[in-house]
Amino acid sequence: MMKKIFPVLVVVAAAMFAYAPFMILAAPYESTMGLVQKIFYFHAACGMAMFLAAFVSGIGSAGFLFSKKPSYDRMAVAGAELTVIIGLIVLVTGPLWARKAWGVWWQWDARLTSTLVMWMIFNAYLLLRRYGGLGSEKLAAAVALFGMANVPFVYWSVNVWRTLHPKTSVIPSLQPGMRGPFWFCVAAFLLLSIVILMLRTELEKRRQELDALYLAAED
Amino acid sequence: MKRSVLIVLSVLLLLTLAVPAFAQKPAAQDEFVPVTGTPAGAQETIPAQRLVGIAYGFIWVVFFGYAWSVRSRLSRVEREIETVSRRVPERK
Repeated sequence: MMKKIFPVLVVVAAAMFAYAPFMILAAPYESTMGLVQKIFYFHAACGMAMFLAAFVSGIGSAGFLFSKKPSYDRMAVAGAELTVIIGLIVLVTGPLWARKAWGVWWQWDARLTSTLVMWMIFNAYLLLRRYGGLGSEKLAAAVALFGMANVPFVYWSVNVWRTLHPKTSVIPSLQPGMRGPFWFCVAAFLLLSIVILMLRTELEKRRQELDALYLAAED
Repeated sequence: MKRSVLIVLSVLLLLTLAVPAFAQKPAAQDEFVPVTGTPAGAQETIPAQRLVGIAYGFIWVVFFGYAWSVRSRLSRVEREIETVSRRVPERK
């Protein structure tokens, strides 16, 4: 069933990703920021995909801590790696937008700082998994839970603290010309993230099978 | 006495350093207002086109680079599984 769905998902995600720039080009300019605001369509969509990946990692880690099932651990690793990759995109595209819109590359405000902290937590997870040695899975799982707990804080930070970053209210208040391209980009990124998560989970599964085979070969 | 003066001075110094953090910043944007065509007076000092190009290029490269890396790691592991599984029945 999964093997049949996967190619379809890949084709749909790739087609949406290819079509998205045309929708963004057709979207109207923002009155004060002009062209640079068009970074928003991919930047905010990536932010949502990053939250999804962080939740996948956190839920997988919680499942692994309580049930010890390797399938949950595979999910956690896949989610953490994707969080780091998409987080990097968010942290690079944000300053590119900010340079034009705010006149500076970076501001140590609540949204930007908490996003950086969250990204570093998931980097710590991956470093733990890579160099932590035997038994590091449990400690890493706790780190991922901590990373997931950061997600609501990152999301609400713009509404609680005074910041230059646009508030969460910009999304529900988007005008029709901007709303369509934005939600299309969100759907494309979420679908692409699901496809990559499936592929990465499969890689982790096959790695565990390979480890078991090596052990069998040694016996 | 000397110690308490030192403490008071340290607190004052910390407060002075902290003032910029509490300074009023311009308010965050609540909504995006669209305009038709290019915004008026678009005499740019920082070229937006280049920034947008870099942003979109970076996203495409990182996303597809990562997808390609996962796919190639998966094929490498599959090949290794094939090699090792051939070795396991030989030993038995």
